[in-house]
Amino acid sequence: MTDTGIGARVLRKEDKRFITGKGQYTDDINLPHQTYAYFVRSPHAHATIKSINTAKAKKMPGVVDVFTSKEVEEDKIGGLICGWLIHSKDGSPMKAGPHPILASGKVRFVGDQVAVVIAETRAQARAAAEAVSVSYGVLPHNVDAAQAMKTKAQVHDVAADNRVYNWSIGDQAATDAAFKTAVHVTKMDLINNRLIPNAMETRAAIGSYDTGSDHYTLYTTSQNPHVARLVISAFHGLAPEHKLRVIAPDVGGGFGSKIFIYGEEVTCVWASKRIGGRPVKWTADRSEAFLSDAHGRDHVSHAELAMDAAGKIIGLKVHTIASMGAYLSTFSSCVPTYLYATLLSGQYNIPNIYAEVDAVYTNTAPVDAYRGAGRPEATYLLERIVETAARELKMDPVEFRRKNFITSFPHQTPVIFCYDAGDYGAALDKALELSDYKNFASRKAASARNGKLRGVGFSAYIEACGIAPSAAVGSLGAGVGLWESAEVRVNAVGTVEVLTGSHSHGQGHETTFAQLVSEKLGVDINNVAIVHGDTDKVQMGMGTYGSRSGAVGMTAISKALDKIEAKAKRVAAAVMEASVDDVDFKDGTFTVKGTDKKMAFGEVALASYVGHKFNSSEIEIGLKETSFHDPSNFVFPAGVHICEVEVDADTGLTKIASYTAVDDFGTIINPMIVEGQVQGGVAQGIGQALIEGAHYDRESGQLSTGSYMDYNMPRAANMPHIENFKLGFTVTKCPSNPLGMKGCGEAGAIAAPPAVINAITDAIGVRDIAMPATPLTVWQAMQPMKRAAE
Amino acid sequence: MSAISMKVNGKAVCGEVESRTLLVDFIRTNLGLTGTHVGCDTSQCGACVVHIGGKAVKSCTTLAVACEGADVTTIEGISKNGALHPMQQAFHEQHGLQCGFCTPGMIMASIDIVKRNGKKVSEEVIRRELSGNICRCTGYHNIVVAVQSAAEKM
Repeated sequence: MTDTGIGARVLRKEDKRFITGKGQYTDDINLPHQTYAYFVRSPHAHATIKSINTAKAKKMPGVVDVFTSKEVEEDKIGGLICGWLIHSKDGSPMKAGPHPILASGKVRFVGDQVAVVIAETRAQARAAAEAVSVSYGVLPHNVDAAQAMKTKAQVHDVAADNRVYNWSIGDQAATDAAFKTAVHVTKMDLINNRLIPNAMETRAAIGSYDTGSDHYTLYTTSQNPHVARLVISAFHGLAPEHKLRVIAPDVGGGFGSKIFIYGEEVTCVWASKRIGGRPVKWTADRSEAFLSDAHGRDHVSHAELAMDAAGKIIGLKVHTIASMGAYLSTFSSCVPTYLYATLLSGQYNIPNIYAEVDAVYTNTAPVDAYRGAGRPEATYLLERIVETAARELKMDPVEFRRKNFITSFPHQTPVIFCYDAGDYGAALDKALELSDYKNFASRKAASARNGKLRGVGFSAYIEACGIAPSAAVGSLGAGVGLWESAEVRVNAVGTVEVLTGSHSHGQGHETTFAQLVSEKLGVDINNVAIVHGDTDKVQMGMGTYGSRSGAVGMTAISKALDKIEAKAKRVAAAVMEASVDDVDFKDGTFTVKGTDKKMAFGEVALASYVGHKFNSSEIEIGLKETSFHDPSNFVFPAGVHICEVEVDADTGLTKIASYTAVDDFGTIINPMIVEGQVQGGVAQGIGQALIEGAHYDRESGQLSTGSYMDYNMPRAANMPHIENFKLGFTVTKCPSNPLGMKGCGEAGAIAAPPAVINAITDAIGVRDIAMPATPLTVWQAMQPMKRAAE
Repeated sequence: MSAISMKVNGKAVCGEVESRTLLVDFIRTNLGLTGTHVGCDTSQCGACVVHIGGKAVKSCTTLAVACEGADVTTIEGISKNGALHPMQQAFHEQHGLQCGFCTPGMIMASIDIVKRNGKKVSEEVIRRELSGNICRCTGYHNIVVAVQSAAEKM
């Protein structure tokens, strides 16, 4: 390894602009003559739109124009789509209701956008939005997933019982048969609380239409600008792809919420043409972000786990109701199906699994992928019921898990996935050691002396990421393939530009991708530029989500680098008058076997472009290669997290006393960055477990957690102390990509919630407690025991 | 509209603003200093923190007209002669940032925390005093490490 190659703890190349205030986020960009958009949003959870009067608003100072669905329909702008077609178990396709970019005829959740005001300043647009008069006919609403199939509030005409699909996976008859032989069955009702992603940069867009070239440009906060361009072209019908440029500059966090194509961004680029070509800029308020960003989770589940006399798991049955919100967001339908139920085997050898999922409409913001997307829900369900089963069987939760671990690979689960490699016992052993589990009892006693209840919780998670083999996802209903692209351009002076379809919004690609180039070509990382986020510069790519930028995106780069090396060898051979087979390449130098002839990488790059010293009819001029990599399998990171909590018996306040994460991500490119991903993911998981929860008021349908005053974001003080947050890694290399990489972006958010809740239930001695386990929830849960003790 | 003048990053600046114009909008729009960010609308997230007279202030809840004659420092003004401030350097060295959006506010708030609490500022104090700054990426771990590390060098 070079000192900046694979495995090196290299400081980030992108940091300088961020720490000096020179980042360029969408809202930092201003175009000449730009206007500002402000959206009029529904105050009702469910209502017909009887009329919209924009006359007064149009006369307000600075107002350029006001648009509603009328103008959208005039211009035949298509609706938003859900790109993954799920079929119900009866074979019928999912029931996708219309999703116009501005609500037409009806609003379906508080925050649904009904009109847009374009004005000279943001303040003028906002003031005029207040003057748009909308007459609503209020309809019954429902915000509760569990009630969706029983309520009279029908969100879409196409779904009479609000059911988008009734989907199933696994063998029901075999699972029922296994349950009949069970010695013990553990049953639980579990809710996975609704979350709001809350990237610190809110969504923003600048749409710009050039009347001279008939060309559109959209600057936007996107994790996947090419996918945005594809959808806006193919489905909204705004412009063909060659006339639409989408730029995602610096993006301030995504966590899934910036994968999706939303109405506001499409509106900005459409409206720019409508007003004669002046750019239209929109930046969401945080309040708008709460209302209109796609939310995450929101599952209501019943699960049953069957064991035999030896304590081996023999079956799992799950029924889940998953809220989709009021509309099907871009990838929403695959989250509670192929990203969820396919992971219900966890790390365990469970011979029989059957799961059924009812996806339902509710009068709430759309729900889609949020960090982990389906896999946190699966892990929470499984790790809670496994922990509970162990307690009911009076088995040590560690030994119960170990007894049921999958130990040989490849392992075919009953729910599609074939796990390729792993060593779950090794991660468990390392986590036990790092967390000093053997001395837990003495720490518990010490806590008790301070009046605190200490508990320990485990979470042995697995996830499937590196999303995803195109044919496989296509057979399951995906509308697109999930390959990734890379182009490597070696300049004549030997510096390297990598154009990648991945998009970095905090993950550090400018550093890790450069490390790969450094490793393979021996080039200094400072001589490598990573270019991303601009559809005019970069070839078609699929973007960043599902922990795919390493396993899929870097593999594409790696393959393009292999082609560069092969081409450069031919050039070097020609220049050094040797056979290609005699040329070796190591540490940035080409040598000829058995001679002292050598050329530096930069010299070969120069020779490639000068073209004087080889026959250009045999070897093409230049040094530039492309690769489109389609993965052959998902990748399967796994690990064991152990959480210790201290609960204050008087107040119910829970503190994370210690947190240990041992993860197997396969090959790690930059441990510093990977550790940062785990720490950040765990923080989101601790947030879900202890303090975060999106709440809609049942009576009014209003989002009652619509600001940072109400939605409790994790702060520095919610996290474990530095010395009590321990990270470790085990490594089994992924066999399906040449670098042996898995993915690290989502693991923390997947693993942490059950680890924390298992620890709290252990501490206070209850079977279950709801997330978020706020002081009030914990205190209330403790009262029956306190009364019994008194 | 009111005419205002103040010192920003050591330079005299002036402008015409509405009475309701927030300092953060004056900094970002009038002065084009876009390193100071807006992450919320309830004064909770701290992405907008700047220094006024050396003290950390949320510029999203400060009226520009109230800063007449003030000495304002933004993230763009803390490097001296091309050398990073120790807090900037520490955030870089300790991987205290990921997407970078909260970072300017974090750095400005952290400088103030160290100034008030000294080189030996405890982890407990750092965590408590960062309650007005939200980061969604890092889990705060490396931010706290960075602040402690910078404190020793400031």
